[in-house]
Amino acid sequence: MLDYITSYLNSDTTPGSAGNMFWAFVYIILIFLGLSVAVIAMNWLERKILAHMQVRLGPMRVGPHGLLQPIADALKLLIKEDIMPSQADPLVFWVAPLMVVITSFTVFIVVPFGPTHAVTDMNIGVLFMLGVSSLSVLGVVMAGWASNSHYPLMGALRSSAQMVSYEIAMGLAVVSAVLMTSLNKDGTGTLSMIGIVQAQQSQQVWFIFKFFPLGLIAFFIFAVAMVAETNRAPFDLPEAESELTAGFHTEYSGFRWSLFFLAEYSAMIAVSSIAVTLWLGGWMRPFPNALSGETWDLVFSLVPGLTFLFLAAMTFYSTARMPKHPYFKVQTIGLGGFGAVLALIGVALFVPPVRDRIQDIFWFSAKVALSMYMYIWYRGTFPRYRFDQLMKVGWKVLLPLGIGVLVLTAIAGILF
Amino acid sequence: MSPIGTLHYLVVAAALFILGVIGVLTRRNVVIVLMSIELILNAVNLNLVAFSRIWGLHGQIFAIFVITDAAAEAAVGLGILIAFFRNKETVNIDEVDLMKW
Amino acid sequence: MAPVATTFFFYFLSALTVLSAVLVITRKNAVHSALALIVSLLGQAALYLMLYAPFVAGVQIILYAGGIMVLFLFVIMLVNIEKSQREDQFNKQWLVGLAAAIALGALFVLVYVKGRALFPDRAIQMPEQSNTQQVAVLLYGNYMFTFEIASLLLLVAIIGAVVMAKKRI
Repeated sequence: MLDYITSYLNSDTTPGSAGNMFWAFVYIILIFLGLSVAVIAMNWLERKILAHMQVRLGPMRVGPHGLLQPIADALKLLIKEDIMPSQADPLVFWVAPLMVVITSFTVFIVVPFGPTHAVTDMNIGVLFMLGVSSLSVLGVVMAGWASNSHYPLMGALRSSAQMVSYEIAMGLAVVSAVLMTSLNKDGTGTLSMIGIVQAQQSQQVWFIFKFFPLGLIAFFIFAVAMVAETNRAPFDLPEAESELTAGFHTEYSGFRWSLFFLAEYSAMIAVSSIAVTLWLGGWMRPFPNALSGETWDLVFSLVPGLTFLFLAAMTFYSTARMPKHPYFKVQTIGLGGFGAVLALIGVALFVPPVRDRIQDIFWFSAKVALSMYMYIWYRGTFPRYRFDQLMKVGWKVLLPLGIGVLVLTAIAGILF
Repeated sequence: MSPIGTLHYLVVAAALFILGVIGVLTRRNVVIVLMSIELILNAVNLNLVAFSRIWGLHGQIFAIFVITDAAAEAAVGLGILIAFFRNKETVNIDEVDLMKW
Repeated sequence: MAPVATTFFFYFLSALTVLSAVLVITRKNAVHSALALIVSLLGQAALYLMLYAPFVAGVQIILYAGGIMVLFLFVIMLVNIEKSQREDQFNKQWLVGLAAAIALGALFVLVYVKGRALFPDRAIQMPEQSNTQQVAVLLYGNYMFTFEIASLLLLVAIIGAVVMAKKRI
């Protein structure tokens, strides 16, 4: 029993490929925890960053600088009354949020945080991720229908039509990236997520820069399609308040609504992980070839620790600027404590054994965090698309562009 | 239990096929009849993929084409259903009798 | 990678698939039937995985469960009227239909019992790692013509569905 557990530690594959169920469970629990923390952090970050972009402050009251706001929101949602409309279909009403949450969490089985840091490495990894994200459309349709009221029905129909249209553009962009993986020495490509990053490693170029500008255009198509797929601004007509009073999740309240909210943010993180794996080099550090060698490796391995120390320094600066009033004593102490925790994590990341292991996970998470910041930036910047303009962009602009990029990538692959 | 062989999968496919046939022959709602047709196609696919494990990958290619055809047929069938529903406001398949003498 | 608990998973997945199929043909509400069909399709995708066909499983999930069932749910939402749920669910010839299905079942049993020797249990060595590559080689090699015909068929189906379902102005 004990050597079933420890035998995995000497192997160099993912737990799924090694057939080790115990470690697969451990990784799944770690992903659950990490994802929950990420969703909570996203909630706070979105409100703060959006507020700063609009020259206001955002939540400042609940905890120092609003840091406890997500927890207050979660508590409020948990204790709200669970209403079901009277003529609603109970089975479908109950299954719809379940479906959306299960599909958004299942895609994280194949997301590679490092060469062995994934739950499993399916050899149809990309196909699996696309397929399971297309199942979330079913949850949206069921939610709209089961609410038995016309705002959710319209919202669900529009939302699912939008998601299905942009899935096609996503698929074409993904195919042109997978095509680039086959341009290595033995001529066979791979659909496995870890294999795609290793193909980028062996071809010594991130696919966003390959066959310039084809990789860039493919990444652009995927970036636009992934924002539309997750119903986020500027493609959020189906859930905009002034248009459709929250769309397909109007009739949901309390915990069921928080499931939809959780699923939306997890889906955002999931499609960003696909984008990072396919185009931005996955877990590899920046400039692996231009700045290679032992010293540059050492410099880049110090970046995680330095990032956390920088965040701790900013927290201590905010602590020093807190108002010197007895009412703010608890908040100041709390903020100082948070800064101390961040500094501790930063110092812990300087220790060499931790440094080696945390490298891949840190760079992958940093790139996904950059993608999340872009999401929030889009929300604060662009006006909303009208629904017919949305469908026009999906079918008449992105689809021909995707086919063109695919054909040109194939031609470039043969010629070079 | 004996190890799972080809015959086990064929029996499951036969069960799905019979359930699909019952659905097509006995239900009144047109949409459910169309869904039973999808069950029949799935049973055929399961058969093909089960045999492809013994006799080579051609079964899987055939299964992919069957899935493609099922998509086309579902789209056309549902289009016909919508066109009919616009005229007669019912989904009862017994009332599709305009051409009866 | 060695398969784990094949017998348990096979019986569990087949029971799930067949039970959902029974629910498809017996539910009054069309949306419940569609949900049961989705469960049946997903169970079948898992059965394809057990048969070492990961690419077909992926295609089944994307196209069937994620595409065709969305189409079905859309149309059910458009044509679902309360009157149809209060009518009789099974039509006048249900007895004859059941008898025909039982006769078909008897035929299947006869074929499977008599022709046992035709279904050997040996499995050829198909490495799962390169299943997608081998499918691609066959699809774009031997079956290229069929592939082009399938794309033509899809084009015709799209045009047909659009023509039939659009409003007559």
